[in-house]
Amino acid sequence: MTLEVESRKETLAEDGLPVEELVVNVGPSHPSTHGVCRVIVHLDGEIVTRAEPVIGYLHRGIEKMCENRTYLQVVPLTDRLDYVGSMYANWAYCRAVERLAGIRVPERAEYLRVIVCEMQRIASHMMSLGSAAADTGAATMFIYAFDERETIVELFEDLCGARLTYNYVRPGGVSFDIPEGWTDRLLEFCRTHRVALREMDKLWFGNVIARGRMKGIGVLAADDAVAWGASGPVARGSGVNWDLRKHDPYSVYPRFDFDIPTGSAGDVYDRARVRLYECYESCRIIEQAVAQMPGGPIKAEGLQRLIAPRPGDAYDHIESARGSLGVYIVSEGGPRPHRVKFRSPAFCNLALLPLIAEGHMLSDLVVCLGSLDPVFGEVDR
Amino acid sequence: MSGLLGGIVFGLVGGVAIALSTMVGVYGERKIAAKIQRRFGPQETGPYGLLQLPADTLKMILKEDITPRQADARIFKIAPYFVFVPIAMGLVVIPVAAGWAALDSSIGILFFLAVPSLSVLGILIAGWSSGNTYATIGGMRGAAQMISYELPRTLSVLAVVILAGSLRPVDVVQAWRWWWIPLNFIGIVVYYISSIAELNRGPFDIPESESELVAGYFADYAGIRWGIFMMSEYGGMLAASLFGAAIFLGTLTWLPGPFGIITFLLGTGVIGSSMIWVKWTFPRMRPDQLMTTAWKVLTPLALVQLVIVGVVVPWL
Amino acid sequence: MNITELRDHLCEQHPDLCPLFSIEFGDGVLSVSCDKLYEAASGLRDLGFDRLGMATAVDRGETFEVVYRLTSRSMSVGIFLKCHVPRDAPKTNSLFPLWPAALWQEREIFDMFGIDFEGHPDMRRILLPDDWVGHPLRRDYTDDRMIRRPDYI
Repeated sequence: MTLEVESRKETLAEDGLPVEELVVNVGPSHPSTHGVCRVIVHLDGEIVTRAEPVIGYLHRGIEKMCENRTYLQVVPLTDRLDYVGSMYANWAYCRAVERLAGIRVPERAEYLRVIVCEMQRIASHMMSLGSAAADTGAATMFIYAFDERETIVELFEDLCGARLTYNYVRPGGVSFDIPEGWTDRLLEFCRTHRVALREMDKLWFGNVIARGRMKGIGVLAADDAVAWGASGPVARGSGVNWDLRKHDPYSVYPRFDFDIPTGSAGDVYDRARVRLYECYESCRIIEQAVAQMPGGPIKAEGLQRLIAPRPGDAYDHIESARGSLGVYIVSEGGPRPHRVKFRSPAFCNLALLPLIAEGHMLSDLVVCLGSLDPVFGEVDR
Repeated sequence: MSGLLGGIVFGLVGGVAIALSTMVGVYGERKIAAKIQRRFGPQETGPYGLLQLPADTLKMILKEDITPRQADARIFKIAPYFVFVPIAMGLVVIPVAAGWAALDSSIGILFFLAVPSLSVLGILIAGWSSGNTYATIGGMRGAAQMISYELPRTLSVLAVVILAGSLRPVDVVQAWRWWWIPLNFIGIVVYYISSIAELNRGPFDIPESESELVAGYFADYAGIRWGIFMMSEYGGMLAASLFGAAIFLGTLTWLPGPFGIITFLLGTGVIGSSMIWVKWTFPRMRPDQLMTTAWKVLTPLALVQLVIVGVVVPWL
Repeated sequence: MNITELRDHLCEQHPDLCPLFSIEFGDGVLSVSCDKLYEAASGLRDLGFDRLGMATAVDRGETFEVVYRLTSRSMSVGIFLKCHVPRDAPKTNSLFPLWPAALWQEREIFDMFGIDFEGHPDMRRILLPDDWVGHPLRRDYTDDRMIRRPDYI
């Protein structure tokens, strides 16, 4: 067998036999890296002594591409960032543009944005829970979660014609109003989804093997979570009560009554559990938003197709399924942005992997990676 | 001469039986898993998708047999047979009718416990000769796991041997009484769990866990050699279910005379299906949890069972 | 806390930073010179800005503008911390000792703009391969495979 011998450390065990450190490349193409990520893992037996994520395999230079597109042409690119939560990047980008250009968004459009983003949160969390279960070999939980996601994706398809890259939120409003009967189907989904969530709770979180795989694994202390810039369920799982919807409220969120679930242990179990509970809260928000939604236009009046804001820079952030997603736009006048920066939560959360995976087994590394819920479109940009 | 002829005939019959059971097993697994997951499973090829498995087999046979460059080619090529042959050999001692087994050996139970566990050698050399880190880890895990679960499994069978007073499977079937099931309940559970672990099936499939080790010890195999690994898995499932139905549940004697085969096959089917059910419901364990289960839970339980039987037997 | 309250609070605690504070598009901006960046950042951290949200850079021609976005959980307010580094000698202090979150974000800035961060423990490229030539988010960056969109809009 030839392995890269020179890169490995050789030490002697107590009985004088040489002990080699095993270096394993998990990825770039590996069933549980949720995309293309490579983790260089140094193993002592099955124990991970060092895990170093190597990213960039999906880097498409989206920030560079934004430089010679008009403000409107950038919106489809934002779809490709977080491809299981396209609505968020759409919205965050549009909020930054609206702030920069001083566009006022009609109220109905704000409600529609809240509704689609909460639906997106459910869809994204279902993806996360399902694939985290598949990482530990529970194929049935994966299918159950995707079944739920499928309903949302179908609703999105009826709303804007796309199943994955929606291009729905535009500067100044949204692209389409809701079709007839859509809200009834949405409310019906919210009702059945709660039942499905309870079922999944019993199937997955009630399972003794699953609990054994998740409890006490990948513990992230609250201080570390704050210092390392973790956000979203990763930070909330550690007990950091920080959700932009509540603590830096944007859009019409102050009008809704909802809770922020937080964990306490900061392990994989708590992170997954926070995601599950957030789905219940999203259902609540959707129901309130549908009930409160006013009529009226869905796009800002008199908006020019060629947005050319005055020079300056603007930053805006929203709470995506993965954490605070920020967009920073620098304008130097003219129809094209000078610089667009996406502050992606998955990128910041993934930096925690070496911290939480060290000292665990190779099997736990996969679970830890899944619990950070990275989407590599967003990590690599 | 007649011994050789008998061997050839039995080899052919046994080979066909394993191939058929593999097909039935794979089809059943896919259909049952689909039902559990609210899907349809195979349904395009042939009526109810029945021809899916022959088609898959054909594809597997026609596929290129790839040997990786860094592999130790000779050992790599024979490793699948080292896994398959011991498992197939285990089948000969299982009684298939009341009072009849293909190889009616007086140490049949010992043979059944000892010979199939030689397949650990095949798993080790398959993992090692692939020259692939993942496969090596998979092979190591497989060896550790199979050797550990050997113990509770053997102890659980020992309880039945004490009750029957014989190591000959045919005698055990004839001595079987219905109250063995409640008396032996712990032993049955231990046998069931450790059999699944012996087969490296979920939730104990850590040697081949596809989400960590890609496919573990057979990561580099393709085509029919990969198929032989699959056949050994289903062959082992068949053997474990047949043995459990015959020895522990005594299904051969539930109906009089030759009709016992009906309940026997039904019992085998129920055990096999429940193995599939378990696999598709539970997540996979971690290697250390797996070892803890074997040494700290199952082995003591099997010993408790042994003590219970040991106390009861003198009173019979 | 809103922006004007933040300004008053800042002026009270750190009078030297007060004249550098301005409000743009509803966000507080603190522009410092790069040799003062670390001091200003640690001052802000002591003020309660416990999260480093975003770190990036902007190509401003002669200089690169390094931008940090800091957030305070206790005050529910964000602030920008900006400094200009010269294009010919792009070098500044790393904020990694204050916020470990800077570890990957500053690596990304190094990757994309070629700005060197002193005191950063692991200054390597992160998104691009190690043998990549040039820093793509500089405005003057070109390579053979780059396609420029025509300017007809």
